This record gives sequence, C-alpha cells and structure tokens, in this order.
Amino acid sequence: MIVETGHFALALALALSLVQTAMPVWAARSGDPTLRQATFQAALGAFACVLFAFAALTWAHVTSDFSVQNVVENSHTQKPLIYKISGVWGNHEGSMLLWVLILTLFGACVAAARNSVPPKLRANTLGVQGLISFVFLLFIITTSNPFTRVVPAPLEGRDLNPLLQDPGLAIHPPLLYLGYVGFSISFAFAAAALIEGRIDAVWARAVRPWTLSAWCFLTLGIAMGSYWAYYELGWGGWWFWDPVENASLMPWIAGTALLHSTVVMEKRDALKVWTVLLAILTFSLSLVGTFIVRSGVLTSVHSFATDPTRGVFILAILVLFIGGSLALFAWRAPLLRQGGLFAPISREGSLVLNNLFLVAACATVFVGTLYPLLLEMLTGDKITVGPPFFNSTFVPLAIPLLLIVPFGQALAWKRGDLHAATQRLFFALALALAAGLAVLAFHSGGPWMAPVGIGLGAYLIIGSVLEIVGRARGYGARRTRAAGEIARRAIGLPRSAWGTAFAHAGVGVVVIGIAAQGWASEGLASLNPGGTLTVGPYVATLDSVAPRKGPNYEEAGAFLTIRNREGNEIGKVETGRRFYPSRQMTVTESGLLTIGASQVYASLGEVGKDGAIGLRLYYKPLVLLIWLGAVVMALGGGLSLTDRRMRVGAPAKAKGRALPASAVPAE
Amino acid sequence: MSVTARCALAAALLLAPLPALAVQPGEVMKDPALEHRAREISEGLRCLVCQNQSIDDSDAPLAKDLRLLVRDRLAKGDSNEAVRDYIVARYGEFVLLRPVFALHTLILWLTPALAVVLGLFGLWRLARRRPTAPVRHLSAAEEAEVAALLRRE
Repeated sequence: MIVETGHFALALALALSLVQTAMPVWAARSGDPTLRQATFQAALGAFACVLFAFAALTWAHVTSDFSVQNVVENSHTQKPLIYKISGVWGNHEGSMLLWVLILTLFGACVAAARNSVPPKLRANTLGVQGLISFVFLLFIITTSNPFTRVVPAPLEGRDLNPLLQDPGLAIHPPLLYLGYVGFSISFAFAAAALIEGRIDAVWARAVRPWTLSAWCFLTLGIAMGSYWAYYELGWGGWWFWDPVENASLMPWIAGTALLHSTVVMEKRDALKVWTVLLAILTFSLSLVGTFIVRSGVLTSVHSFATDPTRGVFILAILVLFIGGSLALFAWRAPLLRQGGLFAPISREGSLVLNNLFLVAACATVFVGTLYPLLLEMLTGDKITVGPPFFNSTFVPLAIPLLLIVPFGQALAWKRGDLHAATQRLFFALALALAAGLAVLAFHSGGPWMAPVGIGLGAYLIIGSVLEIVGRARGYGARRTRAAGEIARRAIGLPRSAWGTAFAHAGVGVVVIGIAAQGWASEGLASLNPGGTLTVGPYVATLDSVAPRKGPNYEEAGAFLTIRNREGNEIGKVETGRRFYPSRQMTVTESGLLTIGASQVYASLGEVGKDGAIGLRLYYKPLVLLIWLGAVVMALGGGLSLTDRRMRVGAPAKAKGRALPASAVPAE
Repeated sequence: MSVTARCALAAALLLAPLPALAVQPGEVMKDPALEHRAREISEGLRCLVCQNQSIDDSDAPLAKDLRLLVRDRLAKGDSNEAVRDYIVARYGEFVLLRPVFALHTLILWLTPALAVVLGLFGLWRLARRRPTAPVRHLSAAEEAEVAALLRRE
C-alpha cells in the first residue's frame, strides 16, 4: 500500500510542478501578482510529494519488500541496514528519484527564500525550475518507475552490487547530486533574467548563494567520489579521466567560472551577458553528464545498465533545455544592458582571465570526452582519448590559471597596479621558489614536475595568507604595525574575504597533494607468511593469511605489519578479497595505513594453493592532501555563504573601527 | 567518480572470469630497466575489453596477454616505439590512450590553444568597440522597493 501511495505521490508531484510552471506565466499575463503565491505553494507541495515517494521507496528497501522490482534487483535480507538505505539510490531508478528529490528541495528552498529574492524574480525562477522537475518526473514515471511490482514476489533479492556496499555510497551520490542539481537554480535564475529582460547586481546577489552552495557540494561530492574510487577499486589511482568523472568535472569547472563572473557582475555591473551564458552552460553540462552516465552512449568503466528508450528520452530533455535556453539567450540577451568599461590590469581583468582559462579547460575536457564518439560517427575511426591526453592539455591550462590567482587578489578593482601587486606578492613568489628548490635539492633525480607543483601550491597558500595579512594591516594612512590591531582587524574582515582565502589556499593544498604523487612508489611480490616487501621508506611483513566471514560475504584476509627502514613498527594493515555468493562476485578490499598525510596502500591479489599471496603495495606521499584540500575549498565556500553580503540590504557591519566591507572600495 | 562507477565496473568484473590483480608478480621481468620500460609502454596502452583502463591497471585476461606481449617484444630487443607500433598494427589506434597527433585528431589537440586564442581575440574585439553605456537610474517603484528592503533589515 505504501508503495502505491509513493507512486501516486510522484504523479501528484508531476501535476504540481506543472502548476509551478504555469502560475508565473498566468501572473504575468493577467497582471495579478497574487497568483505568484500559488507558484511558491506548488514548489513546496512538489517537494513534499517527492519526499513522500522517496520515503516510500526507502521503506520498501528497509523492510525488504521483494514484491517491488527495484528492491528485488538491489537488495538482500542479509544486507546491513546502512546499505539497505543507501541501496535506494545505488541503482538507476532510485538515483533518479534522489535527483528529483534534490531538484524539488532546491525549489522549495527558493520558494521559502522570501527575504533574499524579489518576488517576481523568485516566481519566474521557480517557473523555469518547475519545468525541469516536470520533465524529469515524467522521465521517471514513464521510463524508470521505481515502484514497479513483481508477481509472484521472490523470496530473496539479488543483493546490491558489492562494490557499492560501502559507506561511500551513503555520502557520495547525495553530495554530488546536491551539486549537479543545485546548478539548476542558477540556470533557472538566468532563464528568468532573460525572460524579464533585466539583470543587475540584485540578480547577482540573489543567485550567488545558490551557485556557491551547489559548488561546495559538488566539490565535496567529487572529492568523496575520488577517495572512494581510490580505496575501493584497488589500484591506487584517484582520478582516471573517465567519461563519468569528466561529466562531474565539467559542471564544476564551469560553476567555478560562474562564481567568479558573478562577483564581477555584482561589484562592477559588467560581464552580465557572459554570466547568464555561463549559468546556462553550467547546468547544461550537468544535464550532459546525466546523459553520459545513463544513456550508455559513451563506453565508460562505470555506467548504469542501459536502456535505449531512456537514452532517447534524456537526449530529448537535453535538446529541450540546452537548445531552448540557448535560443532564449540568443533572442533576449541583446536586451540586457552591457555596463562597466574596465581596464585589463584590474581585479575584474584578472577575473576575466580566470574565466578564459577555466572555460578553455572545460572545453578541453568536453571535446576530449566526446571526440571519440563524434569521430566514430563521422569517419568510423575508433580512437581513445585517455589520461595522457588530459594530463598534457589540462595541466598547461591550469598552471597559468593558478599563477594569476594571487595576482588577481592583489589587484584593485577598476584600475590595478601590476607593479605594486608584484611587490606585495614578492614574498610569496620568493618563498614558493625556495620551497620548490628545497624539494628539488632533497629529491634530485625525481620527476621535474613535482617540485614545480610543490612550489605552485606553496605560492597559492602563501598568497592567500598574505592577502588576509595585507588587508588586516591596511594600506596608506590606515596601515598599522601593531600585531594586536592586525589580529583584531583580521577577525573583523568580511567572511567572504576569509572564504576566498580558504578556497584559494585549498587549491594550493590540492596541488601539493597531486604533485607529491610524483614520488609515489609501488611494490609487487608473491609472499608467504613471514615474507617482506619494501615500498618507499617502509617495509611490510606478511603476518598471516586467514579466512573470515561477514554478514553477506566470505573473506580471505591478509594481515601485515608495516615497519620503517630502522625496523620500528609503524602500524598494522589488513587487506582482503571478499566473495559475495549472492552475486558470485569477488571484490578487493584495500588496506590503508595513514602516516601523517601520507598513506601505505595494500591490495591483495590471488591466494595461491601453497598459501602464497600476490600483494601489491603502494607508498603514496601526502596523498590525503588531495582530498583535504578539496574540503578546505568547500569550507571556504561555506564561509563565504555566511557573509552578510549574501542577504540583500544587509548593512555593512558598523562595529568599532572594523574595516568597511571591502578595504579597497568597489565603486 | 559517481555511483555509477561501481556499477559497470561490476559488469566488467563479471565478464572477466576470476579477477586477477593487474600486474602479477610472475609477470615482472628480471631486468629492472626493461621492466621499467615495459611499465612505461603499458601505461599508455588501453585494455581493449574493459574500457578506459590501461592494461597496467586491468584485471582482464586480454590485458595480461598484452602485458606479456609487450615484455616479450622488449626481451627480443625492440625499442619502445617498435613495441608500440607493433601493438597498434595488431589492434589499431584504439589501443593508444594518448591519441596520435594527425589530421583526424587535429581539432582534439588544438582545442585548448584555440579556446584560449579565440577567447583573447574576443576580449580584444570587445575592449575596442564597447560603447560606454549610460548609467540606468532606478525607477521610483524600484527606489521604494530598495527603501522597504533596507527598512526591514
């Protein structure tokens, strides 16, 4: 009964999302603004309905209701409760439902954001967003219904794919979807601005928190996915340039560009048309990602079991939204007034360069991902565009981009002074160079890119610190040398200044983590108990190999002791191979020993008849920085979100002698 | 990486009989210099049955065959290029993870440079001919709205 009610709630949500779309149009035609209220109610109602449907499906999974097809295919009575819950979105139908749940959640948040978004803009935005909900709900109901029943109901389910039976599944997809789908709001805002034919700083302020929160979630989601792949897939890689990974990276890059261009729009009333286009492109790339993952058009290490009707439906959605929004853009963008002349050497000038490099990087990933498909369609030639291509094209675009980050911050709005900025950054440049050289001296003979990366990362971090210190110390007449005063002013700086510093320093941390992988090392051996294998500065001893039994799997476990070269014990690691009888699958469970930010990574191969095991061991120096850096970036985004400026009309803090909202006035 | 990641990987694992773990201890060559070269080559070769994985990382039996083939050619004294050419001749360009630079991949390889150059050109054009737009003042209704918002805060 609950299952049927869930199905009915989906249909109700479909109808409500149609109301959500129709009402703003009606309000505009009839000139009766009270009709807009209905849009807000419909958005809240649609969210409630989808939430109910989602809860119903979760109920079916938790209670192992095997009369539901989706539960049969993805669950098992013996499966631990957490995987019964996360298994709800560990399949195509359920994850689509989560997708729409988050879509309507964002809609409900916008509907509730009474104070920060003007009503007309809010209604039009929700109207556009309602159309997205409508189309995706239609997609679920017609091609991917998670509530289909099976008669007769089997006694046992087929269990969830063992690779998905991991805490990663509980966290990664919701975060990723919050990011992907969050950009639908920026998209809807852009479309609403085009429909109104008006865009200004109020729009920029209204859209920024949504873009920023989507960006934070996507950052965390990608990082979480990368870490999950790193420990789960068993070969120690953390980024594979796989089409599905690229599908999440593209909206992230475009979203990063969007965040920066909205700042220019808000402060300088410039880049309006460009910002609108970026907002459209960012969500379009999220949709392309959905298409890539679910249509099976691109061969990827990972994709859902595919069904041609779904692919065609999603393609139609793509054409509708991307084509429709670009047509709207071509038609209405000339109406948007261009404003703000600016000099190339200024903060906005550097932000334009930032956008240029980000968009070029995004285009590279886009072309690289889809090129094999297009080439095969046009000429029949089959080629592969793999990691070496992306590494050799993406990195040369990323380096100049990262080099201008601290410069952009050091330049003033409107008219910057490159010479003064260089002087301010001299300390950062010198320290970074010293860091790179010091590393080179200790590790001569290693890969040359690694010290460059360390230097670049150090430069970004020091640049961020200098920015905060510089602003706290003040310039010209306001300049102070008293440490107490500097600290007091630093605390008084706007949260967005701290947010920017954290986010940029986080990028530096990621860069250092990636660069350090140049010194990663690997060991491979066939070992008997008592045998040893040396990797990097550590020696692993195989203590024993023993079978174990889990709730729904059997495991062969290998137990290792890690010692340093002097023979002192550092820690113990266990790695195993799990066999899941319900799916007849074997999965490697890698073992990790964290030493500071570095890790020793053990992966068990085949267990021979004589008791010898195949063991692969990696030493991954500072590898955790890759993901910790991403967390620092998201933290920066979160700090910016709490800035008072995020609320329209919030007056600048008038407390003591704290600096005004910006040390260098914007206008 | 997404959820979906693990789904098809599962499919890949199901297709591969008993998954072995990438490079096996038994495959490693005696001469470390040769083994190093073998790794260099196999990192750039794609596993043909499991999509977007190098044969170095792959568990599939075909990848193992390719790894052994690479090592066999190296042991016979082939240069790295000769080994690569030999494999491309047998399996086609599809096997190379790094696409060759040729006419049919021109657009692919030039995309990054083209994007930057076109972007700079666009900016230059824009900077030259942008007219100064007159400042648009708020209408009376908008002024009232702003005042109302400020009061509420």
